[in-house]
Amino acid sequence: MNQVVITGIGVVSPVGCGLNEFWSALVDGRSGIRAIENIPTQRLSTRIAAQVLDFDPDTHFSPKRVGLLDRFSQFAVVAARAAVRDAGLEIDEELALEIATVIGTGAGGHITIDDSYLKLYGENAAKVHPLTIPRMMVNAAASHVSMDLGLKGPTFTTATACASGTHAIGQAFHMIRSGQTPVAIAGGTEAGLTVGTLKAWEALRILSNDTCRPFSKNRSGLVLGEGAAILVLESRERAVARGAPIYAELRGFGMSADAVDLISPDPDGAARAIRSALVDARANVEDVDYVNAHGTGTMLNDRTETKALRSVFGKHADKLAVSSNKGVLAHGLGCAGALEAAAMALALHSQTVPPTANYEEKDPECDLDVVPNVARQTPIRSAISNSFAFGGLNAVLVMGRA
Amino acid sequence: MDVLYEVKQIIAKQARVPVDQLTADSRLDALGIESIDVIEIVFAIEEKFGVTLPFNANESAVAEFETIGKVADAVKAVVGKKAAS
Repeated sequence: MNQVVITGIGVVSPVGCGLNEFWSALVDGRSGIRAIENIPTQRLSTRIAAQVLDFDPDTHFSPKRVGLLDRFSQFAVVAARAAVRDAGLEIDEELALEIATVIGTGAGGHITIDDSYLKLYGENAAKVHPLTIPRMMVNAAASHVSMDLGLKGPTFTTATACASGTHAIGQAFHMIRSGQTPVAIAGGTEAGLTVGTLKAWEALRILSNDTCRPFSKNRSGLVLGEGAAILVLESRERAVARGAPIYAELRGFGMSADAVDLISPDPDGAARAIRSALVDARANVEDVDYVNAHGTGTMLNDRTETKALRSVFGKHADKLAVSSNKGVLAHGLGCAGALEAAAMALALHSQTVPPTANYEEKDPECDLDVVPNVARQTPIRSAISNSFAFGGLNAVLVMGRA
Repeated sequence: MDVLYEVKQIIAKQARVPVDQLTADSRLDALGIESIDVIEIVFAIEEKFGVTLPFNANESAVAEFETIGKVADAVKAVVGKKAAS
């Protein structure tokens, strides 16, 4: 079995598209949640989100190509290019044939769908744009990444709502560990902020109108985000042989289904995914120092996640640093797990736990050490990142020091 | 409009029980109503009365909507405001 390491990271995030900007915002707890721009908000009762604002597609794609890519594909390609550059990865013809591309997304090209329906139903247009289907299909981002970088190996999309990015990285990890491929480009992307989707989320009654405060008693719900994060994963042997920088080792991946409720999370399902990831990593609970929590800032998630962590870690739970990135990044759905995997790798690399931002009030039902508002330099041997999706689909990654 | 009557109709439909079994004191949890049902009930009430209920599953939830009578009271408060404005 190959050891698998992370040698490159690329992000397109609400707090910047450079790794330094991204990481310093997480460490400083500087939130990317702001008043919504570029989307008409008159009909919305929720007018905040974490949008990617410093992103101009025309600087990344030629005029001929840009029309082929929905925003979620644009994000994925830009993050993938950045990750490959960061890894110093040379992709020759031999590697191109083997390299895997696994990209998660919750919904695919929602902006394309929304635009076409507005024209069709709202403006009574006779036709929609001829590229509507290839732009909106959920696998479009994976296809564009493969075409843009010339990657010809196993390529597919994972779609598990809020766990999509985590499932993608976990699958790619197992492919390298088993020897199926030496290198993988894996992560998640999402760009689903439209009037239509925001109305649909509003209808679920779980959105906050002020900000996202994970684990804080006065939490008011989740805030939607967007973005992408792509990792370059490769076997340790290959990475060492080419002298590549190593951020962290990817050590385990676990999955489970709640099989209970479409929306409400189940502590047992979450706990089974965490246990399965630790078994996969051959790690003991005592080896884990940091939990990158799903921490959405909804009452149901935060309490369920606390229960799940207590049930898996027992007494050791009180020694864990448990923090959520969603006060800063909000909830990027299909990209959330990938942005959080990037954050976990950077945390291991810098031996710094980013804080739970916007935290204000202790909740007795979320009584773990949630690292409120201030980052903590502390030895991190191993860490886990949780993703618990609507539909009860759970995915957990385990990473260790480089 | 008889608020309690309409609320009973909506909840009976969601809980799939005969409406004559429901009273103002019927507890939602005893009817097997879960958080997902509450969201649908709130939606149906808003459609029926043409109002917006200030309901966030993170803050309000179960306590406020313990019984059918409490749901009706919450609706009356909003309907009253709408009539007064």
